[in-house]
Amino acid sequence: MAASAPTTKTTIPFYRDTRMIAIILQVAFAIVVLVGIWYLYTNMMAGLRRVNLLPNFGFLTTPAGFPIAESVIAYDPSMTYGRAFIVGVLNTLRVAITGIVLATLLGVLIGICRLSGNWLLRNTAVAYVEIVRNVPLLLQLIFWFLLTKAFPRVQESVNLGGLLYLNNRGVTMAWPEAGAAYGAWTPWLWVGLIAGVAFYAVRRYQFVQRDRPGVALPWAALIAGGIVLVGYFVAGLSGGGWPLVLDVPALQRFNFVGGLTVTASFAALLAGLVIYTAAFISEIVRSGIQAVNKGQREAARAVGLTNSQALRLVIFPQAMRIMIPPTTSQYLNLTKNSSLAIAIAYPDLFYVGNTINNQTGQAVPVILLLMLSYLSVSLLTSLLMNWYNKRIQLVER
Amino acid sequence: MATTDVTQGRNRPARPTIDVIGWLRENLFSSWLNVIITLALLFVIFQLVSSLAGWLLTAQGWPAVVANLKLLMTWTYPAAQLWRPQLALFLVALLLGLSAGVWRGIALGLAMGLGIIFTTLAIPAFFLTPVAAQVSLPAWLMLLAAAALVAGGYFAGVAAGQRLRWPLIIAWLLLYPVVILIIHGFGGVLPVVKTNLWGGLMLTLLLSVSGIVLSFPLGIMLALGRRSDLPVVKWFCIAYIELIRGVPLVTVLYMGSLLLPLFLPGGENIDQFVRAMVAVTLFSAAYLAENVRGGLQAIPKGQAEAARALGLNTLQSTLLITLPQALRAVIPVLVGQFIGLFKDTSLVVIVGLADLLGAAQTVVGQPEWLGTPGGVWRETFLFIAVIYWVFSFTMSRTSRRVEQQLNVGKH
Repeated sequence: MAASAPTTKTTIPFYRDTRMIAIILQVAFAIVVLVGIWYLYTNMMAGLRRVNLLPNFGFLTTPAGFPIAESVIAYDPSMTYGRAFIVGVLNTLRVAITGIVLATLLGVLIGICRLSGNWLLRNTAVAYVEIVRNVPLLLQLIFWFLLTKAFPRVQESVNLGGLLYLNNRGVTMAWPEAGAAYGAWTPWLWVGLIAGVAFYAVRRYQFVQRDRPGVALPWAALIAGGIVLVGYFVAGLSGGGWPLVLDVPALQRFNFVGGLTVTASFAALLAGLVIYTAAFISEIVRSGIQAVNKGQREAARAVGLTNSQALRLVIFPQAMRIMIPPTTSQYLNLTKNSSLAIAIAYPDLFYVGNTINNQTGQAVPVILLLMLSYLSVSLLTSLLMNWYNKRIQLVER
Repeated sequence: MATTDVTQGRNRPARPTIDVIGWLRENLFSSWLNVIITLALLFVIFQLVSSLAGWLLTAQGWPAVVANLKLLMTWTYPAAQLWRPQLALFLVALLLGLSAGVWRGIALGLAMGLGIIFTTLAIPAFFLTPVAAQVSLPAWLMLLAAAALVAGGYFAGVAAGQRLRWPLIIAWLLLYPVVILIIHGFGGVLPVVKTNLWGGLMLTLLLSVSGIVLSFPLGIMLALGRRSDLPVVKWFCIAYIELIRGVPLVTVLYMGSLLLPLFLPGGENIDQFVRAMVAVTLFSAAYLAENVRGGLQAIPKGQAEAARALGLNTLQSTLLITLPQALRAVIPVLVGQFIGLFKDTSLVVIVGLADLLGAAQTVVGQPEWLGTPGGVWRETFLFIAVIYWVFSFTMSRTSRRVEQQLNVGKH
């Protein structure tokens, strides 16, 4: 194309010079975009000025005045909007983190079931995936929520062994809490942890030195667990009472006292998100395992590993490399989908943001804050998963 | 176990014939663990099925569903104008049938799925009490007519063959505006039906189709922009795509609902449907851009170079050479995106539109059913869940088949 004689260097007009064209195009593009944004911005400001609601982040330091049903940190209506927003962020993180852990466990389990030799198990897993994937998540969430609402009242809770109660306000369960001898037990916890880590590090070092494979983690866990368990009995038998006591919920006149109570909204949201996301994760797990070369399994069997050893030690580590990127996007989806909590009254980020907007009318700052929060959570998840992905990728020359 | 390996044709070992007992032993009772799993699962499945069947037989909420079929399908669309959505449905059925005859492939799969759905639905619809004061066709007749149009279109398409290709492509392109025109009216020949009367399944379908169709131009431009050599364009596209993909659809809908009226002069007059449509389009465009980008990356570089060598400029080579190939390669992915959008449009409930899910929530809240023990929510939500399921399942199965066909063609 540019095979013309070198002497024409000065004669190329600027509108034929590809570099000039590129710059002109980009400047034009930037002008169009900026003018568009400026147009929308001035319209918005004019409209907001008319209704006297100019964007202003000042409301964040004024008292919120609305209650939030559940919170990880201390909160009451006299605290600020900023505090309320943080409560929302923490509630989103709470459901997202719990959901990601549970969805991964359930998803891996179902993914393995889909590859089982047992016809019934395999097809039950297929049915689960096909039913759950093809129905909107919001519908499922509302279903779970209404199901919890159909449970009996608190006074007539469904009693499962005196340790777990189901009622229309949620789930109340027995939960371990620190007892009288907890202080005497804590040193043992630290010693056990340090001993386990030290053992693991030393063994790994030895394996690397001798250039031989070996198992260190189960032994390290056993040592740590043993020390902690011995400490538990020593502390428990020497002083008055055990280090941990089970806080069993007791039904008072209007509600339960003690134990751990999970609200119906949280339980329904968690159940919906986990069941929905697990269906997608199980598909990723299945295709990841199937994508590992068949020869790998055959070779593992040939060197004498059992089927489960082959899966655990040979197939799964390789399948992990294929599974991480799509699983990351499922984690992101779960976090973003937690915003549907507004339909079932779980006070997550979006719910709190919506309430703040309804009270203050500050739509623009609230939307900016919402988007920024979700973006940061998404970016953080991506970064973490990318770091993990890099760590387990095959190192090639 | 599987004997699919291609050994020398004639000497392939005979496939062992397995009797029922042998099959059971191999697939259900091969080890002690499997025996336990099978028995436990059988027990659980029996419990589930028997309690579900018991509930289905005794459920008292079905009258709520039957009495509100019109609400669930088309919301408060005037009964006298119901022939308009029906006409739109017939148009789609006919076009799909014709395309199935001409192209086979994905169109045939979709047409068969749709035809089967229509025919099966016609049977219960025949026995249900007709919608009160319905001026248009009874539901069962409409469904059968639509199925007949699919089938008739197929045979006509087969008979006409490739001659119909271009007319059909043009018809598909015109379909979306024509359908919107028929349903809305725009005050010309037909009386206007305002969008606040739209709802139910009709709204769900219109919104998800709008999301895909309208996001096409924007999505393709974003995809091309992201691959552009011009850094300003490239970074703008990356920023847009990643921003939208990093936030939930609810926040985008919320933005459309709250900020769109502020952005445009006289924006307060924009109705909720258009606000939701704009939001869904802006959201869908970011995902479409990433899918199309995947397709563009799959096109070998030689294609663009060959186009250059033939003297096409960048615009021509993109529009005539790379883009058509990329779009064809990503059809199954786009069907997947459409399924996702079809399910996700249920979120417009949150900004106050009555789509299929919103209509169902209204039905559940109707005072007539307060006396029903346990409420009518189980029946109503089961009904719409089945609708959602049938649509998504059919589409995903079809797209998977097409994907397999494409893969077979590649090797």
